[in-house]
Amino acid sequence: MRFSEIVSSLAEEFGEETLVAADEAAIQPYIEVPAGEIAPVCRFLFEAPELFFDFLACITGVDNGPEKGTMEVIYHLNSIPFGHNLVIKVTVERSPGNDELPKVPTVSDIWRTADWHEREIYDLFGISFERHPDMRRILMPADWEGFPLRKDYREQLYYHGIKVAYEDREDPGKFPGNMQTGFDISL
Amino acid sequence: MVERIKTGDGGIILTTAEDLVNWARLSSLWPMGFGLACCAIEMMGAYASHFDLERFGVFPRPSPRQSDVMIVAGTVTFKMADRVRRLYEQMPEPRYVISMGSCSNCGGPYWEHGYHVVKGVDRVIPVDVYVPGCPPRPEALIGGFLKLQEKIRKDRPLAPKLALEVGS
Repeated sequence: MRFSEIVSSLAEEFGEETLVAADEAAIQPYIEVPAGEIAPVCRFLFEAPELFFDFLACITGVDNGPEKGTMEVIYHLNSIPFGHNLVIKVTVERSPGNDELPKVPTVSDIWRTADWHEREIYDLFGISFERHPDMRRILMPADWEGFPLRKDYREQLYYHGIKVAYEDREDPGKFPGNMQTGFDISL
Repeated sequence: MVERIKTGDGGIILTTAEDLVNWARLSSLWPMGFGLACCAIEMMGAYASHFDLERFGVFPRPSPRQSDVMIVAGTVTFKMADRVRRLYEQMPEPRYVISMGSCSNCGGPYWEHGYHVVKGVDRVIPVDVYVPGCPPRPEALIGGFLKLQEKIRKDRPLAPKLALEVGS
């Protein structure tokens, strides 16, 4: 199925206002939907017999930085029997306020593979996926502070008594804290 | 030519107790059998028949309780650092550490922007020998063991601490 046909069948099902953007000229043609609509849109794309996107190839997290104040989640879908592809983008507020994390509904109940993909995005970008069965860090230690792939990320000074920052001995003023080694072991 | 029949008796070696202890220690350095990343592949190559570390008495042990030396072979992440420290603490003294490869020496390719890598395992445990390389070849690891043997040979395990302090 062609991109335009996929877009029109989505517009038929959900209405024109659900499609925030649709760009066919992009290298990978994409549509953009509101964050709240991602779960029903994905459910429809998975279940509609003429679409049947049975394979979620990957989920990407993007931090557009504190100036723009937005973050994106990008879904790459494939249909293995039909051989067509679709890219869906979702844009959310970077900091909804009160130290809350940006929230996007989970699609892990549609594609099980989304479970770990969403946990990785949570781990590195701090985007929380609503109704995810197991929303916790997947790679970093559970008690790590901050989300390392955010543009404004500053690493913590110490982790369990181990100094975290790299020491550039030629430029001691580059990093905060003292320049002594983090060697801290009680034998 | 006089034929000498080996009878097994009458053999005497004169040495000091310290030299004997050092010789025993450096001749049977048993490393802990664990690896963290690609350096571990080279380490396994060094154990195997081409390089055969066992001819130096180096023979991996499955438990830290039976190990003399820890080869930190690979990238030490912050998540792993706790485990490395605990394993080190479980080893009986005297214990030695060989840091193998750039990652565990100084963070390696993850040096400045790698948020997840400890910038040198010497921030977690004390290191005796650093083996450079990315990854070091088995020959380099063998060289590291020879350096460690040299270090143990110079050790003074039986001398009273006070005498060492006065002597230095």
